[in-house]
Amino acid sequence: MSKTYSHAPGFVAGDRPKIVTSRFEYSDSFTLERYLATDGYKGLRAALKRPAGEIHEDVKGATVLGRGGAGFPAGTKWGLMPRQVWPRYLVVNGDESEPGTYKDRLLMERDPHQLIEGCLIACYAAGLSQCFLYIRGEMALAQERVATALNEAYLAGYVGKNILGSKFSVDIILHWGAGAYVVGEETALIESLEGNRGMPRLKPPFFPAANGLYGQPTIVNNVETLANLPWLMVNGVAAYTAIGTKTSPGTRMVAVSGHVKRPGVYEIINGTTTFRDLIFGEEFCGGIRDGKSLKAFVPGGGSAPWFTPDQLDLPFEASRVGPEGSMLGSGAVMVMDETTDIPAAALTLTHFFAHESCGKCTPCREGGTWLERILRRVVDGEGTEADLQQLLEVGAMICPGDFPHAANKKLGLGAVPFPYEMTTICFVGPSAFAPVHSALTLFREEFESRVKKRVTIPVTAVGVSA
Amino acid sequence: MTIVDPAKTGEVADPNAVNITINGKPTVARKGELIIAAADRTEDFIPRFCYHPRMPSVGMCRQCLVEVETPRGPKMVVSCVTPVAEGQVVRTATDSVKKAQEGMLELLLANHPLDCPVCDKGGECPLQDQAFSHGPGESRFVEEKRHYEKPIAISDIVYLDRERCILCDRCTRFADEVAGDALISFISRGNDTQVMTFPDEPFSSYFSGNTVQICPVGALTAKSYRFKARPWDLDQTESTCTSCSVGCRTVVQSSRDELVRYQGVDIDPVNWGWLCDRGRYNFESVNSPDRLTKPLVKTDAGLEATSWSVALENAARMIRLALAKGPRSVAILGGARGTNEDAFAWAMLADKLGIDQRDAQLGDGLNPEVFNLNQATIDEACAASTIILLAPDLKEELPVLYLRLRDSAQKRKSRIIEFSAHDSGLTPHAWRTFDYEPGNQARVVRDALSTDEIREQLSRGQVVVVLGRANLAENEMFALQAAAAVFDAAPNAKVLPVLRRGNVRGAVVAGLTPQNDSGDAIDILRSAAAGKIDCLVLLGADPISDVADAGIVQRAFAQVKNLISIDTMLTGSNRNADVVLPAAAYGEKSGTTTNLEGRISNLSQKITPRGTSRPDWMIATELGIALGADIGVSSLEQLNQKLVATIGAFSSSKDPRSTRGDGVLMTRETPVSISSSSVKVLERNAYNLRLVVSRTMYDRAQSTLASPSLVGIVNDAAIHVHPSELARIGVAEGTTVRVGAEGTSIVAPIKANNRVHRGVAWLPFNHTGVDINPLLNIVGDVTDVRIEPIK
Amino acid sequence: MSRLNETNTKLAREIISRYPRPKSALIPLLHISQEQNGYITREAMQHLGELVGVTSAEVYGTATFYEMFKFEPVGKYLINICGTMSCALMGAHELMQHAEKKLGVKAGGTTPDGVFTLAHAECQAACTEAPTLQVNYRYRLRVTPADFDKLVDDLKDGKLGDEIPQHGVLAKVRQVIAPEREVGAKAPEDVNDAPAWLDGKAAL
Ligand SMILES: Cc1cc2nc3c(=O)[nH]c(=O)nc-3n(C[C@H](O)[C@H](O)[C@H](O)COP(=O)(O)O)c2cc1C
Ligand code: SF4
Ligand code: FES
Repeated sequence: MSKTYSHAPGFVAGDRPKIVTSRFEYSDSFTLERYLATDGYKGLRAALKRPAGEIHEDVKGATVLGRGGAGFPAGTKWGLMPRQVWPRYLVVNGDESEPGTYKDRLLMERDPHQLIEGCLIACYAAGLSQCFLYIRGEMALAQERVATALNEAYLAGYVGKNILGSKFSVDIILHWGAGAYVVGEETALIESLEGNRGMPRLKPPFFPAANGLYGQPTIVNNVETLANLPWLMVNGVAAYTAIGTKTSPGTRMVAVSGHVKRPGVYEIINGTTTFRDLIFGEEFCGGIRDGKSLKAFVPGGGSAPWFTPDQLDLPFEASRVGPEGSMLGSGAVMVMDETTDIPAAALTLTHFFAHESCGKCTPCREGGTWLERILRRVVDGEGTEADLQQLLEVGAMICPGDFPHAANKKLGLGAVPFPYEMTTICFVGPSAFAPVHSALTLFREEFESRVKKRVTIPVTAVGVSA
Repeated sequence: MTIVDPAKTGEVADPNAVNITINGKPTVARKGELIIAAADRTEDFIPRFCYHPRMPSVGMCRQCLVEVETPRGPKMVVSCVTPVAEGQVVRTATDSVKKAQEGMLELLLANHPLDCPVCDKGGECPLQDQAFSHGPGESRFVEEKRHYEKPIAISDIVYLDRERCILCDRCTRFADEVAGDALISFISRGNDTQVMTFPDEPFSSYFSGNTVQICPVGALTAKSYRFKARPWDLDQTESTCTSCSVGCRTVVQSSRDELVRYQGVDIDPVNWGWLCDRGRYNFESVNSPDRLTKPLVKTDAGLEATSWSVALENAARMIRLALAKGPRSVAILGGARGTNEDAFAWAMLADKLGIDQRDAQLGDGLNPEVFNLNQATIDEACAASTIILLAPDLKEELPVLYLRLRDSAQKRKSRIIEFSAHDSGLTPHAWRTFDYEPGNQARVVRDALSTDEIREQLSRGQVVVVLGRANLAENEMFALQAAAAVFDAAPNAKVLPVLRRGNVRGAVVAGLTPQNDSGDAIDILRSAAAGKIDCLVLLGADPISDVADAGIVQRAFAQVKNLISIDTMLTGSNRNADVVLPAAAYGEKSGTTTNLEGRISNLSQKITPRGTSRPDWMIATELGIALGADIGVSSLEQLNQKLVATIGAFSSSKDPRSTRGDGVLMTRETPVSISSSSVKVLERNAYNLRLVVSRTMYDRAQSTLASPSLVGIVNDAAIHVHPSELARIGVAEGTTVRVGAEGTSIVAPIKANNRVHRGVAWLPFNHTGVDINPLLNIVGDVTDVRIEPIK
Repeated sequence: MSRLNETNTKLAREIISRYPRPKSALIPLLHISQEQNGYITREAMQHLGELVGVTSAEVYGTATFYEMFKFEPVGKYLINICGTMSCALMGAHELMQHAEKKLGVKAGGTTPDGVFTLAHAECQAACTEAPTLQVNYRYRLRVTPADFDKLVDDLKDGKLGDEIPQHGVLAKVRQVIAPEREVGAKAPEDVNDAPAWLDGKAAL
């Protein structure tokens, strides 16, 4: 049965295997004492008894998928570092800011030692000599909890010099962010950690595994990704892969928000749980609030193209969701019921991404704001029919070609698979277009009923002052 | 050994060749080359804004999208960050590429004010040009545009108009990565991003003008050029800057027979397109209303304008009278600011007249022997694995050489070992820095180079010594002894001599250097002060402000009977001359010049000389005729042919075309070597500080003072000491102190400066406000000063 | 003078020493300076530039990129109401309207007594508990208009003193590393070898 705890608002427990939320039931789960009493640092002890290479093999064998958005297997990523180049760094991505997403915050607030242990295992396995734990600036409590846990762990000999009396020595440095969504992008995160403006770097040549922090090989992993490692070390690869599917083993944390009866963060079984289970299942959200019906949902955080009830039976499995026109992203489902004003909902997201543009790429900087301004006009009832076309054309400057979208029976639409082409460096630019495109494609009538039927737009010739 | 260029013979596969196809044309690119650069060579122009070939790509504007064939069909890539790959098929003008490029331009213009008719960049604006060539033709952006305060002055030189800015990161990248002066930065984020300085802190970089040149729109403009001309009335020619001896390649632009702008030209061996601000803006002095336009002769009423014939006759008479006493009664100082031909003409005249006392250096250089050591070029210095600095602060004296060396240290190709008495612009980039007190450098060098670590470094590859005069208050021999200590440790080391004055190397090689042990400039001045010289000729030299020891100059001037000056303006030195002959300035004459590495390149005349002024060589010819010592040339071409035929070093420039573009290196002779003689070490009394006097970029040089853009930047003099010395002396920052040495003293404000090492006091040369000459009068190998509070 | 005070300068040096390159400490140091003064002053940026060895313009460039740094004084309590999708679906705009009325200022404004600054915020990572707000980065979840009124009154009455420190104070607990436990940061160029625990084996 699902269960909530007043000490962990937002978290909903259930009778499912727990990998990363096993301690959330305890109100003092963030203390070293509780941690040690519940198998804490056992995974590290186990790891230290084995050669580093073996630990890496385990992480590869378990196919621990990245939980930051891209879903790339952690073990494979570690293997991309060039051989024999030192030093190498671990940067922990705790900048969680994707609309709809939160799980890393809970993991940091509720179980900071689990994250610390995960970092240590990763450093040990991949030969990383320093770890930076980058926590989103606005998360004051998470910072306090992680700081406290680190202080305890240092004193108790789990972090720092000669950990548990071994040759393994690593510092974990708590780093504070300061409010910028784009810094969640791994190369921007690295820029920010170097004290710079958080603008993404070009890939190539700046693939972090080869050329990251200070130009050195750097592993950037999400908080949840690393939080999986202690359990994996204690319980082994077989136990891990016994949960979920072959390509999506284990569990993942998903936040379901919006118009559902029981919004919350759930640790679900990866690969098999479907969106229908999640939104309507009794052990999860229990259906739409107030007896209303489902209109649409965002399956993977604010950047993801939207789904409608047609896609409810898709499971949390990247290889299934991509071809259907969207992505799983960071584990965030936002649910809209029939009362939702679709253009206005899209505007909140387009505004978000336009506001969060770092300003580097012309299409994102200029195009994102342009999209927002047109959309706002439409939402305010000041738009024209031509504005709707203009939205798509500005979008095409960011993402040329067909933009991914879901199939829709009623509209007779087939799916356009994910991903898209893009003219920008990172995904912020396209993300500003995604909600506009989904909303316009799936709910065009809501826009049409809003716009004036006037089609004139003034035209300025280029190169001549207006 | 024969070296075969496989690219030419096609016999051997070049490992760096990459075969690609651009728009259907097969072409050979270089490994690592960017698509955009390869397409430039095949003339498939790809529009761009942020890409600059001399800076790392940021891929920011996204304008340069092209299509590349992949196994999954054509893919759009950003050509300024995508390197070529074997077999790559690139298309730069397909429908989808055109659409993407048009879209990008429409986005860039969305917030651009389109105020081209009132913009300095109008007519030569990449944004304007590419909007026409690659743009959509119309804008659908109907929203209100971004608004910012119209141009704001971000320095004495540069204005910023943020509304026009397209955020390409060129200026900010240049300031940070090329110049190392990160004084402008992007601020804010997203759509609010703008370029700014720190509030109320100007963009006071020595290289700020480059940002104006590389700005692809009219966001950065130069005060000196605002509303001066439109590109279509500009006349231009390529030339070489002679403000210092780096010899940067430039384009000289004029409008209605007036110089209006200099731009850097990108040549590989020297300046890569960059200029320093002094070189870029001191052309304003050529337009100065204070330029001499007529010859002047001294009368009871002071200097009065006269005709050339009268002036030349007067000058000839004075020389003749002095020569009557013997050739050592006449001396010529200067010549480093003219062309090779100017110097050669004067050297020929001096030869004819038997005048041995001549010197293009003014006591602040080094023995001309340095040009005969095993020479390095700038490129060789930059490619060396070890660069040893025994030089003044290059950022101050040879700014673009500083940029080049900084670049090679930054990219970790080279390691700099610096020996200095105070930090220089390159100190932050030095691998190791060794501190010395003037007088002790040879010992410090010897000790430093004998450690295992440094010995290992020296053995890694080529060593180049950058050798110049770091301190005007010490005997020049110390620098040479220190260099000799380097050769002891690294016998194959090469030398890049860094003597500052524009064409000093050309002038010296052409013959304006002491002959037959006749003594250098300081000896000449001493001899004049002793009454042994009757006639002194100043060839574009202003020793009063340019010779460190101005006291000796004053004493010399007081004794010489006749002073003849050839100059562009009245200076401290020629105000009391007997004859002043107006000389043509930079931009007003042609010829060749030689830079510090011995590169000969051409100067081109762009405007007619002001008034009746003439090039120095012509004055030499005419004076020769007036003296009955005709040097036998009547045109610049003739003179140049004679120079090339007479002086071996110039023979490489036989074909005048060779001096264009990259120019041509002087013919090198078998190098000589110097050995370390016994080194004298001069200990300092603990109460004293050892004096270092050196130059900064902006001082009271005539060309700086006469350039409105620059004159405001010249600093007031102060004595700089390490912060810890202030407490010891017992004074506060900024107070006026007495700086005494051997019975003389000056009074100057004191400044704490942590770039000055302990035990040393630094006095910038030729700044305003304080006459520092008494301290430089001292005849000694070094100068120790005592700083005391004034009661 | 709003350079870092002596205690904070010492703290700043300690933080700088944890990074392989000093500039990396810039954002944490900006937080410390905001904690000291409530906002980022000109002098503070100059001081930080000196401490980490970059120009003031670079500090300024970095600081202005990030939402949390303020360059003018703000209220003692900065109330950030989230307006992104999940909160908007659950009534964030209505909450904002209510807040504007209650405080008598528009979003972005500060009350005349300098106690409250009201601001729009983007997703605060508490989406299931919408609508949400943060006061000086401390959460309030599922906020009703009545909750909002009570919050404002409690803050005014000083009832939340312990729970909600004044603006700028980010984390009340800081990382402390005992020197004998610290491995220590090294510039990357000073590290050439594999970490000791790999035992020289060509791992990875
Ligand atoms: C615009 C943008 C924002 C992102 N934000 C986050 C984030 O807040 N947290 C996160 O872990 N990953 C984020 N990512 C993904 C990271 O770039 C990176 O892939 C991830 O941290 C890698 O960790 P993982 O492999 O463990 O998932 C973001 C990516 C993009 C493009
Ligand atoms: S897409 Fe937007 S946020 Fe991403 S790098 Fe480009 S400008 Fe910055
Ligand atoms: S020129 Fe390539 S992105 Fe700007």
